[in-house]
Amino acid sequence: MTPAPDRAAFSAGERSFPCPRAQPDLGWTSHAGVGLKPQHIGDIIAQQPQIGFFEIHAENYMGAGGPPHRHLTAIRERHPLSIHGVGLSLGAAAPLDTEHLERLAALVLRYEPALISEHLAWSSQDGRFLADLLPPAYTPALLRQVIDHIDQVQSRLSRRILLENPSTYLTFEESTIEETEFLDEVARRTGCGLLLDVNNVYVASINLGRDPSAYLAAFPLSRVGEIHLAGHASRLDANGAPLLIDAHDRAVAEPVWALYRWVIDRLGPTPTLIERDADIPPWPVLYAEAQRAQDLMTALPGDALALVR
Amino acid sequence: MLSSADRQEQFAAAILDAGRPIPIGLWTPPGADRQERFAVYRNNVAVGLIEALRSSYPVVDRLVGGAFFTAMARMHALAHPPRSPVLLDYGGDFPAFVAAFEPASALPYLADVARLEWAWLEAYHAADAVALTIEDIRGIPAEAALHLRLTLHPSVRALAFTHPALTIWRGHQGQNDPAELSIDDDAEHVLVARPEADVATMILSAGELRFLDAITLGGTLTDATEAAVAAQSGIDIGDLLARLFGIGAFAGFSIAAPPIPGESR
Repeated sequence: MTPAPDRAAFSAGERSFPCPRAQPDLGWTSHAGVGLKPQHIGDIIAQQPQIGFFEIHAENYMGAGGPPHRHLTAIRERHPLSIHGVGLSLGAAAPLDTEHLERLAALVLRYEPALISEHLAWSSQDGRFLADLLPPAYTPALLRQVIDHIDQVQSRLSRRILLENPSTYLTFEESTIEETEFLDEVARRTGCGLLLDVNNVYVASINLGRDPSAYLAAFPLSRVGEIHLAGHASRLDANGAPLLIDAHDRAVAEPVWALYRWVIDRLGPTPTLIERDADIPPWPVLYAEAQRAQDLMTALPGDALALVR
Repeated sequence: MLSSADRQEQFAAAILDAGRPIPIGLWTPPGADRQERFAVYRNNVAVGLIEALRSSYPVVDRLVGGAFFTAMARMHALAHPPRSPVLLDYGGDFPAFVAAFEPASALPYLADVARLEWAWLEAYHAADAVALTIEDIRGIPAEAALHLRLTLHPSVRALAFTHPALTIWRGHQGQNDPAELSIDDDAEHVLVARPEADVATMILSAGELRFLDAITLGGTLTDATEAAVAAQSGIDIGDLLARLFGIGAFAGFSIAAPPIPGESR
Protein backbone atom coordinates (compact mmCIF):
# COMPACT_ATOMS: atom_id res chain seq x y z
CA MET A 1 0.00 0.00 0.00
CA THR A 2 1.30 3.44 -0.89
CA PRO A 3 2.08 5.60 2.16
CA ALA A 4 -0.43 8.24 3.14
CA PRO A 5 0.18 11.71 1.76
CA ASP A 6 1.10 14.38 4.26
CA ARG A 7 -1.96 15.72 5.98
CA ALA A 8 -2.73 18.79 8.02
CA ALA A 9 -3.33 18.25 11.73
CA PHE A 10 -7.09 18.61 11.48
CA SER A 11 -7.41 16.16 8.66
CA ALA A 12 -5.49 13.46 10.46
CA GLY A 13 -8.92 11.98 10.81
CA GLU A 14 -8.47 9.35 13.45
CA ARG A 15 -7.63 12.03 15.98
CA SER A 16 -10.17 14.56 14.76
CA PHE A 17 -13.10 12.20 14.40
CA PRO A 18 -12.76 9.47 16.98
CA CYS A 19 -14.97 6.50 16.27
CA PRO A 20 -14.84 4.51 19.51
CA ARG A 21 -18.16 2.79 18.91
CA ALA A 22 -19.86 1.55 15.81
CA GLN A 23 -22.94 3.70 16.42
CA PRO A 24 -23.10 6.64 18.76
CA ASP A 25 -26.10 6.45 21.07
CA LEU A 26 -28.32 9.00 19.39
CA GLY A 27 -30.99 8.70 22.05
CA TRP A 28 -33.59 7.77 19.44
CA THR A 29 -36.71 5.82 20.33
CA SER A 30 -36.46 4.04 16.99
CA HIS A 31 -33.55 3.38 14.64
CA ALA A 32 -35.63 2.85 11.51
CA GLY A 33 -35.92 5.71 9.05
CA VAL A 34 -37.55 6.45 5.72
CA GLY A 35 -36.52 8.54 2.74
CA LEU A 36 -38.63 11.71 2.77
CA LYS A 37 -40.86 11.96 -0.31
CA PRO A 38 -42.97 15.00 -1.24
CA GLN A 39 -46.01 12.70 -1.66
CA HIS A 40 -45.87 11.76 2.04
CA ILE A 41 -45.33 15.17 3.65
CA GLY A 42 -49.04 15.69 4.39
CA ASP A 43 -49.45 12.27 6.05
CA ILE A 44 -46.27 12.69 8.08
CA ILE A 45 -47.12 16.15 9.38
CA ALA A 46 -50.70 15.04 10.21
CA GLN A 47 -49.85 11.67 11.79
CA GLN A 48 -46.50 12.42 13.46
CA PRO A 49 -45.46 8.77 13.16
CA GLN A 50 -43.03 7.09 15.51
CA ILE A 51 -39.96 6.97 13.30
CA GLY A 52 -36.24 7.12 13.99
CA PHE A 53 -35.32 9.64 11.31
CA PHE A 54 -36.03 10.97 7.85
CA GLU A 55 -33.43 11.04 5.13
CA ILE A 56 -33.27 13.53 2.26
CA HIS A 57 -31.16 13.80 -0.86
CA ALA A 58 -29.16 16.95 -0.20
CA GLU A 59 -29.44 18.21 -3.78
CA ASN A 60 -33.26 18.28 -3.67
CA TYR A 61 -33.03 21.00 -1.00
CA MET A 62 -30.47 23.24 -2.64
CA GLY A 63 -33.04 25.68 -4.00
CA ALA A 64 -33.09 29.11 -2.35
CA GLY A 65 -36.54 28.82 -0.76
CA GLY A 66 -40.10 27.73 -1.36
CA PRO A 67 -42.24 24.78 -0.23
CA PRO A 68 -39.41 22.18 -0.03
CA HIS A 69 -37.71 24.17 2.75
CA ARG A 70 -41.03 24.91 4.50
CA HIS A 71 -41.82 21.20 4.57
CA LEU A 72 -38.37 20.15 5.66
CA THR A 73 -38.36 22.73 8.45
CA ALA A 74 -41.67 21.36 9.74
CA ILE A 75 -40.35 17.78 9.61
CA ARG A 76 -37.05 18.73 11.22
CA GLU A 77 -38.86 20.31 14.18
CA ARG A 78 -40.15 16.85 15.13
CA HIS A 79 -37.67 14.31 13.79
CA PRO A 80 -33.92 13.69 13.44
CA LEU A 81 -32.67 14.20 9.90
CA SER A 82 -30.12 12.41 7.76
CA ILE A 83 -28.65 14.33 4.81
CA HIS A 84 -27.57 12.01 2.02
CA GLY A 85 -25.63 13.62 -0.81
CA VAL A 86 -25.66 12.25 -4.34
CA GLY A 87 -23.61 14.93 -6.08
CA LEU A 88 -20.22 15.43 -4.41
CA SER A 89 -18.50 12.90 -6.70
CA LEU A 90 -16.07 11.82 -3.98
CA GLY A 91 -14.74 9.01 -6.19
CA ALA A 92 -13.78 11.37 -9.02
CA ALA A 93 -10.19 11.64 -10.12
CA ALA A 94 -10.75 15.38 -10.53
CA PRO A 95 -10.82 17.89 -7.63
CA LEU A 96 -14.06 18.36 -5.69
CA ASP A 97 -16.56 20.99 -6.80
CA THR A 98 -16.05 23.47 -3.96
CA GLU A 99 -19.20 25.41 -4.88
CA HIS A 100 -21.17 22.24 -4.32
CA LEU A 101 -19.40 21.58 -1.03
CA GLU A 102 -20.41 25.09 0.07
CA ARG A 103 -24.03 24.33 -0.80
CA LEU A 104 -23.87 21.18 1.31
CA ALA A 105 -22.24 23.09 4.18
CA ALA A 106 -25.08 25.65 4.10
CA LEU A 107 -27.66 22.87 4.24
CA VAL A 108 -25.89 21.18 7.16
CA LEU A 109 -25.71 24.50 9.01
CA ARG A 110 -29.42 25.15 8.43
CA TYR A 111 -30.83 21.74 9.36
CA GLU A 112 -28.25 20.31 11.82
CA PRO A 113 -28.66 16.70 10.64
CA ALA A 114 -27.84 13.77 12.92
CA LEU A 115 -26.19 11.94 10.01
CA ILE A 116 -24.44 13.04 6.80
CA SER A 117 -23.51 10.59 4.08
CA GLU A 118 -22.18 10.34 0.52
CA HIS A 119 -21.04 7.65 -1.91
CA LEU A 120 -17.89 5.89 -2.95
CA ALA A 121 -18.67 6.77 -6.57
CA TRP A 122 -18.21 9.53 -9.11
CA SER A 123 -20.84 11.43 -11.03
CA SER A 124 -19.12 14.52 -12.45
CA GLN A 125 -16.46 14.61 -15.14
CA ASP A 126 -15.06 17.65 -16.92
CA GLY A 127 -17.88 19.93 -15.81
CA ARG A 128 -20.67 17.51 -16.74
CA PHE A 129 -22.91 15.97 -14.09
CA LEU A 130 -24.07 12.51 -15.17
CA ALA A 131 -26.82 11.97 -12.55
CA ASP A 132 -25.68 8.44 -11.71
CA LEU A 133 -23.34 6.90 -9.16
CA LEU A 134 -20.54 5.61 -11.38
CA PRO A 135 -17.98 3.02 -10.28
CA PRO A 136 -14.38 3.95 -9.53
CA ALA A 137 -11.43 1.65 -10.29
CA TYR A 138 -9.89 0.75 -6.93
CA THR A 139 -6.26 1.77 -7.36
CA PRO A 140 -3.76 3.24 -4.87
CA ALA A 141 -3.88 6.55 -6.76
CA LEU A 142 -7.64 6.79 -6.44
CA LEU A 143 -7.45 5.75 -2.78
CA ARG A 144 -5.27 8.80 -2.08
CA GLN A 145 -7.68 10.98 -4.03
CA VAL A 146 -10.77 9.75 -2.14
CA ILE A 147 -8.99 10.22 1.19
CA ASP A 148 -8.14 13.80 0.22
CA HIS A 149 -11.73 14.45 -0.85
CA ILE A 150 -13.18 13.17 2.39
CA ASP A 151 -10.64 15.14 4.42
CA GLN A 152 -11.71 18.23 2.51
CA VAL A 153 -15.43 17.57 3.12
CA GLN A 154 -15.05 16.75 6.82
CA SER A 155 -12.81 19.77 7.36
CA ARG A 156 -15.31 22.10 5.70
CA LEU A 157 -18.33 20.64 7.50
CA SER A 158 -16.50 20.11 10.80
CA ARG A 159 -18.48 16.89 10.84
CA ARG A 160 -17.85 13.22 10.34
CA ILE A 161 -19.51 11.80 7.25
CA LEU A 162 -20.48 8.26 6.32
CA LEU A 163 -19.28 6.75 3.04
CA GLU A 164 -21.59 4.31 1.20
CA ASN A 165 -20.58 1.19 -0.72
CA PRO A 166 -21.87 1.38 -4.32
CA SER A 167 -24.03 -0.97 -6.33
CA THR A 168 -22.06 -2.02 -9.41
CA TYR A 169 -22.64 -3.81 -12.69
CA LEU A 170 -19.00 -4.30 -13.68
CA THR A 171 -15.54 -3.55 -12.37
CA PHE A 172 -12.12 -2.71 -13.85
CA GLU A 173 -9.07 -4.70 -14.79
CA GLU A 174 -6.82 -2.09 -13.16
CA SER A 175 -8.52 -2.42 -9.76
CA THR A 176 -5.96 -3.84 -7.32
CA ILE A 177 -7.75 -3.21 -4.00
CA GLU A 178 -10.84 -5.04 -2.77
CA GLU A 179 -13.78 -2.71 -2.21
CA THR A 180 -14.06 -3.69 1.46
CA GLU A 181 -10.36 -3.00 1.95
CA PHE A 182 -10.66 0.32 0.09
CA LEU A 183 -13.55 1.43 2.32
CA ASP A 184 -11.74 0.30 5.46
CA GLU A 185 -8.59 2.20 4.49
CA VAL A 186 -10.52 5.39 3.65
CA ALA A 187 -12.34 5.21 6.99
CA ARG A 188 -9.15 4.47 8.92
CA ARG A 189 -7.24 7.34 7.34
CA THR A 190 -9.99 9.98 7.41
CA GLY A 191 -12.01 8.99 10.46
CA CYS A 192 -15.17 8.86 8.37
CA GLY A 193 -17.75 6.21 9.11
CA LEU A 194 -19.35 3.83 6.64
CA LEU A 195 -22.88 3.55 5.36
CA LEU A 196 -23.52 -0.12 4.63
CA ASP A 197 -26.08 -0.47 1.85
CA VAL A 198 -27.09 -4.11 2.16
CA ASN A 199 -29.06 -4.04 -1.09
CA ASN A 200 -25.98 -2.69 -2.88
CA VAL A 201 -23.95 -5.55 -1.41
CA TYR A 202 -26.45 -8.05 -2.76
CA VAL A 203 -26.86 -6.40 -6.19
CA ALA A 204 -23.13 -5.95 -6.77
CA SER A 205 -22.23 -9.41 -5.49
CA ILE A 206 -24.72 -11.19 -7.75
CA ASN A 207 -23.72 -9.02 -10.71
CA LEU A 208 -20.03 -9.78 -10.16
CA GLY A 209 -20.58 -13.49 -9.52
CA ARG A 210 -19.54 -13.30 -5.87
CA ASP A 211 -20.99 -14.40 -2.54
CA PRO A 212 -22.69 -11.51 -0.67
CA SER A 213 -22.02 -13.24 2.67
CA ALA A 214 -18.31 -13.29 1.93
CA TYR A 215 -18.41 -9.57 1.13
CA LEU A 216 -20.16 -8.84 4.43
CA ALA A 217 -17.70 -11.05 6.32
CA ALA A 218 -14.89 -8.88 4.91
CA PHE A 219 -16.72 -5.59 5.57
CA PRO A 220 -15.38 -3.45 8.45
CA LEU A 221 -18.66 -3.58 10.36
CA SER A 222 -17.30 -1.70 13.37
CA ARG A 223 -17.17 1.45 11.22
CA VAL A 224 -20.83 1.30 10.15
CA GLY A 225 -22.94 4.25 11.30
CA GLU A 226 -25.98 3.66 9.09
CA ILE A 227 -27.56 0.93 6.97
CA HIS A 228 -29.57 1.30 3.76
CA LEU A 229 -32.18 -1.17 2.53
CA ALA A 230 -33.91 -0.91 -0.85
CA GLY A 231 -35.56 -2.94 -3.56
CA HIS A 232 -33.91 -4.05 -6.81
CA ALA A 233 -35.08 -5.24 -10.22
CA SER A 234 -33.94 -8.63 -11.46
CA ARG A 235 -33.50 -10.07 -14.95
CA LEU A 236 -31.28 -12.31 -17.02
CA ASP A 237 -28.88 -10.70 -19.47
CA ALA A 238 -28.56 -11.69 -23.15
CA ASN A 239 -26.25 -14.56 -22.13
CA GLY A 240 -28.62 -15.80 -19.41
CA ALA A 241 -26.49 -14.46 -16.54
CA PRO A 242 -28.35 -12.80 -13.63
CA LEU A 243 -28.42 -9.00 -13.76
CA LEU A 244 -29.77 -7.04 -10.79
CA ILE A 245 -30.56 -3.34 -11.10
CA ASP A 246 -30.48 -1.07 -8.04
CA ALA A 247 -33.86 0.44 -8.91
CA HIS A 248 -35.27 1.53 -5.50
CA ASP A 249 -38.70 0.99 -7.05
CA ARG A 250 -40.13 -1.85 -4.95
CA ALA A 251 -40.06 -3.51 -1.54
CA VAL A 252 -36.81 -4.83 -0.05
CA ALA A 253 -36.13 -8.39 -1.27
CA GLU A 254 -36.12 -11.32 1.17
CA PRO A 255 -32.44 -12.28 0.59
CA VAL A 256 -31.54 -8.67 1.48
CA TRP A 257 -33.58 -8.89 4.70
CA ALA A 258 -31.68 -12.09 5.55
CA LEU A 259 -28.33 -10.35 5.06
CA TYR A 260 -29.60 -7.42 7.13
CA ARG A 261 -30.44 -9.75 10.02
CA TRP A 262 -26.94 -11.15 9.86
CA VAL A 263 -25.52 -7.62 10.04
CA ILE A 264 -27.62 -6.35 12.95
CA ASP A 265 -27.04 -9.57 14.89
CA ARG A 266 -23.43 -8.42 14.93
CA LEU A 267 -23.91 -4.63 15.08
CA GLY A 268 -26.91 -4.18 17.32
CA PRO A 269 -29.49 -1.47 16.64
CA THR A 270 -28.15 0.79 13.88
CA PRO A 271 -29.90 3.64 12.03
CA THR A 272 -31.53 1.80 9.11
CA LEU A 273 -33.13 3.51 6.13
CA ILE A 274 -35.79 2.17 3.79
CA GLU A 275 -34.92 3.84 0.47
CA ARG A 276 -37.60 4.30 -2.14
CA ASP A 277 -37.11 6.58 -5.14
CA ALA A 278 -39.57 5.34 -7.79
CA ASP A 279 -43.09 3.88 -7.81
CA ILE A 280 -43.58 5.51 -4.41
CA PRO A 281 -46.26 3.60 -2.42
CA PRO A 282 -48.71 5.19 0.03
CA TRP A 283 -47.12 6.28 3.32
CA PRO A 284 -48.46 3.34 5.42
CA VAL A 285 -46.75 0.83 3.09
CA LEU A 286 -43.34 2.45 3.42
CA TYR A 287 -43.82 2.97 7.14
CA ALA A 288 -44.62 -0.73 7.59
CA GLU A 289 -41.33 -1.63 5.88
CA ALA A 290 -39.45 0.62 8.28
CA GLN A 291 -41.33 -1.02 11.16
CA ARG A 292 -40.12 -4.41 9.98
CA ALA A 293 -36.52 -3.21 10.32
CA GLN A 294 -37.29 -1.74 13.73
CA ASP A 295 -38.96 -4.98 14.89
CA LEU A 296 -35.88 -6.96 13.86
CA MET A 297 -33.67 -4.63 15.87
CA THR A 298 -36.00 -4.67 18.88
CA ALA A 299 -35.99 -8.48 18.86
CA LEU A 300 -32.20 -8.66 19.17
CA PRO A 301 -30.93 -10.30 22.35
CA GLY A 302 -29.61 -7.83 24.90
CA ASP A 303 -26.00 -8.90 24.51
CA ALA A 304 -25.93 -8.44 20.72
CA LEU A 305 -23.78 -5.33 20.98
CA ALA A 306 -21.00 -7.18 22.75
CA LEU A 307 -20.13 -9.00 19.54
CA VAL A 308 -18.63 -5.92 17.97
CA ARG A 309 -17.70 -3.63 20.81
CA MET B 1 -2.66 1.35 -17.55
CA LEU B 2 -5.18 4.18 -17.68
CA SER B 3 -4.88 6.94 -15.12
CA SER B 4 -7.97 7.45 -12.95
CA ALA B 5 -8.75 10.66 -14.83
CA ASP B 6 -8.42 9.05 -18.28
CA ARG B 7 -10.46 6.07 -17.13
CA GLN B 8 -13.31 8.30 -15.98
CA GLU B 9 -13.18 10.52 -19.07
CA GLN B 10 -13.37 7.47 -21.33
CA PHE B 11 -16.22 6.02 -19.26
CA ALA B 12 -18.20 9.28 -19.31
CA ALA B 13 -17.68 9.81 -23.03
CA ALA B 14 -18.94 6.29 -23.82
CA ILE B 15 -22.00 6.86 -21.61
CA LEU B 16 -22.98 10.09 -23.34
CA ASP B 17 -22.37 8.77 -26.86
CA ALA B 18 -23.91 5.35 -27.40
CA GLY B 19 -22.21 5.30 -30.82
CA ARG B 20 -18.82 4.90 -29.15
CA PRO B 21 -17.46 1.46 -28.25
CA ILE B 22 -17.61 0.61 -24.56
CA PRO B 23 -14.39 1.39 -22.64
CA ILE B 24 -11.49 -1.05 -22.65
CA GLY B 25 -10.37 -2.74 -19.44
CA LEU B 26 -13.80 -3.47 -18.00
CA TRP B 27 -14.17 -6.64 -15.98
CA THR B 28 -17.35 -8.70 -15.83
CA PRO B 29 -17.72 -12.26 -14.56
CA PRO B 30 -17.40 -15.14 -17.03
CA GLY B 31 -20.63 -15.61 -18.97
CA ALA B 32 -21.96 -12.07 -18.43
CA ASP B 33 -22.78 -9.84 -21.40
CA ARG B 34 -20.31 -6.97 -21.03
CA GLN B 35 -22.13 -4.72 -23.52
CA GLU B 36 -25.34 -5.10 -21.56
CA ARG B 37 -23.58 -4.37 -18.27
CA PHE B 38 -22.19 -1.12 -19.61
CA ALA B 39 -25.59 -0.32 -21.13
CA VAL B 40 -27.01 -0.24 -17.57
CA TYR B 41 -24.92 2.88 -16.91
CA ARG B 42 -25.89 4.42 -20.26
CA ASN B 43 -29.52 3.79 -19.43
CA ASN B 44 -29.28 5.05 -15.83
CA VAL B 45 -27.74 8.33 -16.98
CA ALA B 46 -30.15 8.88 -19.87
CA VAL B 47 -33.25 7.96 -17.84
CA GLY B 48 -32.10 10.05 -14.88
CA LEU B 49 -31.73 13.16 -17.01
CA ILE B 50 -34.84 12.54 -19.14
CA GLU B 51 -36.98 12.07 -16.01
CA ALA B 52 -35.50 15.20 -14.46
CA LEU B 53 -36.64 17.13 -17.54
CA ARG B 54 -40.04 15.42 -17.56
CA SER B 55 -40.68 16.38 -13.94
CA SER B 56 -39.78 20.00 -14.75
CA TYR B 57 -41.87 20.12 -17.95
CA PRO B 58 -45.04 18.10 -17.22
CA VAL B 59 -47.29 20.07 -19.60
CA VAL B 60 -44.81 19.83 -22.48
CA ASP B 61 -44.77 16.10 -21.76
CA ARG B 62 -48.57 15.94 -21.99
CA LEU B 63 -48.72 18.07 -25.12
CA VAL B 64 -46.31 15.92 -27.13
CA GLY B 65 -46.94 12.55 -25.45
CA GLY B 66 -44.55 10.45 -23.35
CA ALA B 67 -42.66 8.70 -26.17
CA PHE B 68 -42.06 11.92 -28.12
CA PHE B 69 -40.95 13.70 -24.95
CA THR B 70 -38.51 10.89 -24.12
CA ALA B 71 -36.90 11.11 -27.57
CA MET B 72 -36.72 14.91 -27.48
CA ALA B 73 -35.39 15.04 -23.92
CA ARG B 74 -32.81 12.32 -24.63
CA MET B 75 -31.33 14.34 -27.50
CA HIS B 76 -31.15 17.42 -25.33
CA ALA B 77 -29.83 15.66 -22.21
CA LEU B 78 -27.00 13.75 -23.88
CA ALA B 79 -25.90 16.78 -25.89
CA HIS B 80 -26.28 19.19 -22.95
CA PRO B 81 -25.82 17.30 -19.68
CA PRO B 82 -26.14 19.31 -16.44
CA ARG B 83 -23.23 21.51 -15.42
CA SER B 84 -24.13 21.17 -11.74
CA PRO B 85 -25.22 18.32 -9.43
CA VAL B 86 -28.24 20.39 -8.42
CA LEU B 87 -30.82 18.96 -10.81
CA LEU B 88 -33.38 21.56 -9.64
CA ASP B 89 -31.36 23.94 -11.78
CA TYR B 90 -31.21 21.61 -14.79
CA GLY B 91 -33.25 22.32 -17.89
CA GLY B 92 -33.23 26.11 -18.16
CA ASP B 93 -31.92 25.76 -21.70
CA PHE B 94 -34.58 23.21 -22.68
CA PRO B 95 -37.15 25.78 -23.96
CA ALA B 96 -34.60 27.09 -26.48
CA PHE B 97 -33.90 23.50 -27.56
CA VAL B 98 -37.64 22.87 -27.95
CA ALA B 99 -38.01 26.04 -30.02
CA ALA B 100 -35.38 24.81 -32.47
CA PHE B 101 -36.47 21.14 -32.42
CA GLU B 102 -37.71 20.61 -35.96
CA PRO B 103 -39.92 17.54 -35.29
CA ALA B 104 -41.97 19.66 -32.82
CA SER B 105 -42.52 22.54 -35.26
CA ALA B 106 -46.17 21.54 -35.75
CA LEU B 107 -46.75 22.82 -32.19
CA PRO B 108 -45.53 26.44 -32.49
CA TYR B 109 -46.69 27.25 -28.93
CA LEU B 110 -44.63 24.43 -27.35
CA ALA B 111 -41.55 26.54 -26.55
CA ASP B 112 -43.73 29.24 -24.93
CA VAL B 113 -45.33 26.63 -22.68
CA ALA B 114 -41.84 25.31 -21.82
CA ARG B 115 -40.69 28.83 -20.88
CA LEU B 116 -43.74 29.23 -18.65
CA GLU B 117 -43.04 25.90 -16.92
CA TRP B 118 -39.45 26.93 -16.26
CA ALA B 119 -40.57 30.28 -14.82
CA TRP B 120 -43.07 28.40 -12.62
CA LEU B 121 -40.26 26.19 -11.31
CA GLU B 122 -37.94 29.14 -10.72
CA ALA B 123 -40.72 30.85 -8.75
CA TYR B 124 -41.35 27.66 -6.75
CA HIS B 125 -37.70 27.44 -5.63
CA ALA B 126 -37.02 31.19 -5.37
CA ALA B 127 -35.82 32.79 -2.16
CA ASP B 128 -38.55 33.47 0.40
CA ALA B 129 -39.53 37.03 1.29
CA VAL B 130 -42.52 38.69 2.95
CA ALA B 131 -44.74 40.28 0.31
CA LEU B 132 -45.45 43.99 0.60
CA THR B 133 -49.10 44.94 1.13
CA ILE B 134 -50.80 48.06 -0.15
CA GLU B 135 -51.02 49.19 3.50
CA ASP B 136 -47.22 49.34 3.64
CA ILE B 137 -47.13 52.20 1.12
CA ARG B 138 -50.39 53.95 1.93
CA GLY B 139 -48.78 56.60 4.14
CA ILE B 140 -46.38 57.81 1.45
CA PRO B 141 -47.18 61.42 0.45
CA ALA B 142 -48.29 61.87 -3.14
CA GLU B 143 -45.21 63.85 -4.24
CA ALA B 144 -42.87 61.18 -2.82
CA ALA B 145 -44.93 58.42 -4.45
CA LEU B 146 -43.78 59.70 -7.83
CA HIS B 147 -40.26 58.63 -6.84
CA LEU B 148 -41.29 55.33 -5.31
CA ARG B 149 -39.15 52.40 -6.35
CA LEU B 150 -40.85 49.07 -5.78
CA THR B 151 -38.72 45.93 -5.46
CA LEU B 152 -40.14 42.82 -7.05
CA HIS B 153 -40.55 39.71 -4.92
CA PRO B 154 -37.67 37.26 -5.64
CA SER B 155 -40.16 34.78 -7.12
CA VAL B 156 -41.63 37.18 -9.71
CA ARG B 157 -41.12 36.50 -13.41
CA ALA B 158 -42.77 38.57 -16.15
CA LEU B 159 -42.81 36.80 -19.52
CA ALA B 160 -43.67 37.94 -23.03
CA PHE B 161 -45.10 35.20 -25.24
CA THR B 162 -46.20 35.03 -28.85
CA HIS B 163 -48.82 32.34 -28.09
CA PRO B 164 -51.56 31.90 -25.45
CA ALA B 165 -49.19 29.92 -23.22
CA LEU B 166 -51.07 30.41 -19.95
CA THR B 167 -54.42 29.27 -21.35
CA ILE B 168 -52.77 26.13 -22.73
CA TRP B 169 -50.89 25.53 -19.48
CA ARG B 170 -54.01 25.97 -17.32
CA GLY B 171 -55.95 23.64 -19.61
CA HIS B 172 -53.48 20.85 -18.81
CA GLN B 173 -53.38 21.07 -15.02
CA GLY B 174 -56.16 18.55 -14.35
CA GLN B 175 -55.94 14.77 -14.49
CA ASN B 176 -57.75 14.55 -17.81
CA ASP B 177 -56.92 16.11 -21.12
CA PRO B 178 -58.93 19.26 -21.69
CA ALA B 179 -62.00 19.04 -23.85
CA GLU B 180 -60.98 20.87 -27.03
CA LEU B 181 -59.24 24.00 -25.74
CA SER B 182 -60.55 27.02 -27.56
CA ILE B 183 -57.48 29.14 -28.10
CA ASP B 184 -57.07 32.03 -30.45
CA ASP B 185 -53.77 33.33 -31.72
CA ASP B 186 -53.59 36.14 -29.20
CA ALA B 187 -50.28 36.39 -27.43
CA GLU B 188 -50.50 36.18 -23.65
CA HIS B 189 -48.02 37.89 -21.39
CA VAL B 190 -47.81 36.34 -17.97
CA LEU B 191 -46.72 37.21 -14.47
CA VAL B 192 -45.63 34.35 -12.18
CA ALA B 193 -45.21 34.90 -8.43
CA ARG B 194 -44.93 32.79 -5.27
CA PRO B 195 -45.19 35.10 -2.26
CA GLU B 196 -46.19 32.23 0.08
CA ALA B 197 -46.55 28.50 -0.54
CA ASP B 198 -48.38 28.54 -3.87
CA VAL B 199 -47.26 29.71 -7.27
CA ALA B 200 -49.78 32.14 -8.77
CA THR B 201 -50.10 33.33 -12.36
CA MET B 202 -51.85 36.28 -14.00
CA ILE B 203 -52.24 37.63 -17.52
CA LEU B 204 -50.55 40.93 -18.33
CA SER B 205 -51.47 43.29 -21.14
CA ALA B 206 -48.69 44.69 -23.33
CA GLY B 207 -48.61 47.92 -21.29
CA GLU B 208 -48.61 46.02 -18.00
CA LEU B 209 -45.66 43.96 -19.17
CA ARG B 210 -43.76 47.18 -20.00
CA PHE B 211 -44.61 48.51 -16.53
CA LEU B 212 -43.06 45.43 -14.91
CA ASP B 213 -40.04 45.52 -17.22
CA ALA B 214 -39.40 49.11 -16.08
CA ILE B 215 -39.73 48.09 -12.40
CA THR B 216 -37.35 45.19 -13.03
CA LEU B 217 -34.78 47.61 -14.41
CA GLY B 218 -35.02 49.69 -11.22
CA GLY B 219 -37.32 52.38 -12.56
CA THR B 220 -39.54 54.51 -10.31
CA LEU B 221 -43.32 54.39 -10.35
CA THR B 222 -43.21 57.40 -12.66
CA ASP B 223 -40.76 55.71 -15.06
CA ALA B 224 -42.84 52.55 -15.13
CA THR B 225 -46.09 54.42 -15.67
CA GLU B 226 -44.60 56.39 -18.58
CA ALA B 227 -43.35 53.15 -20.18
CA ALA B 228 -46.74 51.52 -19.75
CA VAL B 229 -48.70 54.46 -21.18
CA ALA B 230 -46.33 54.68 -24.16
CA ALA B 231 -47.15 51.06 -24.99
CA GLN B 232 -50.85 51.19 -24.14
CA SER B 233 -52.67 54.50 -23.88
CA GLY B 234 -55.47 54.55 -21.34
CA ILE B 235 -53.93 51.81 -19.19
CA ASP B 236 -55.34 51.79 -15.63
CA ILE B 237 -52.24 51.86 -13.43
CA GLY B 238 -54.30 51.97 -10.21
CA ASP B 239 -56.04 48.73 -11.16
CA LEU B 240 -52.71 47.14 -12.16
CA LEU B 241 -51.10 48.09 -8.83
CA ALA B 242 -54.07 46.65 -6.94
CA ARG B 243 -53.73 43.36 -8.81
CA LEU B 244 -49.94 43.26 -8.37
CA PHE B 245 -50.22 43.90 -4.62
CA GLY B 246 -53.02 41.34 -4.50
CA ILE B 247 -50.81 38.62 -5.99
CA GLY B 248 -47.87 39.59 -3.74
CA ALA B 249 -45.55 40.81 -6.50
CA PHE B 250 -43.48 43.20 -4.39
CA ALA B 251 -41.11 42.62 -1.49
CA GLY B 252 -39.89 46.12 -0.63
CA PHE B 253 -39.64 49.74 -1.68
CA SER B 254 -37.47 52.83 -1.46
CA ILE B 255 -38.05 56.48 -2.26
CA ALA B 256 -35.63 57.76 -4.88
CA ALA B 257 -34.22 61.26 -4.38
CA PRO B 258 -36.25 63.63 -6.53
CA PRO B 259 -34.33 65.02 -9.51
CA ILE B 260 -32.73 68.40 -9.02
CA PRO B 261 -34.92 71.05 -10.68
CA GLY B 262 -33.61 72.04 -14.08
CA GLU B 263 -31.55 68.86 -14.49
CA SER B 264 -32.72 66.60 -17.25
CA ARG B 265 -33.77 63.15 -16.15
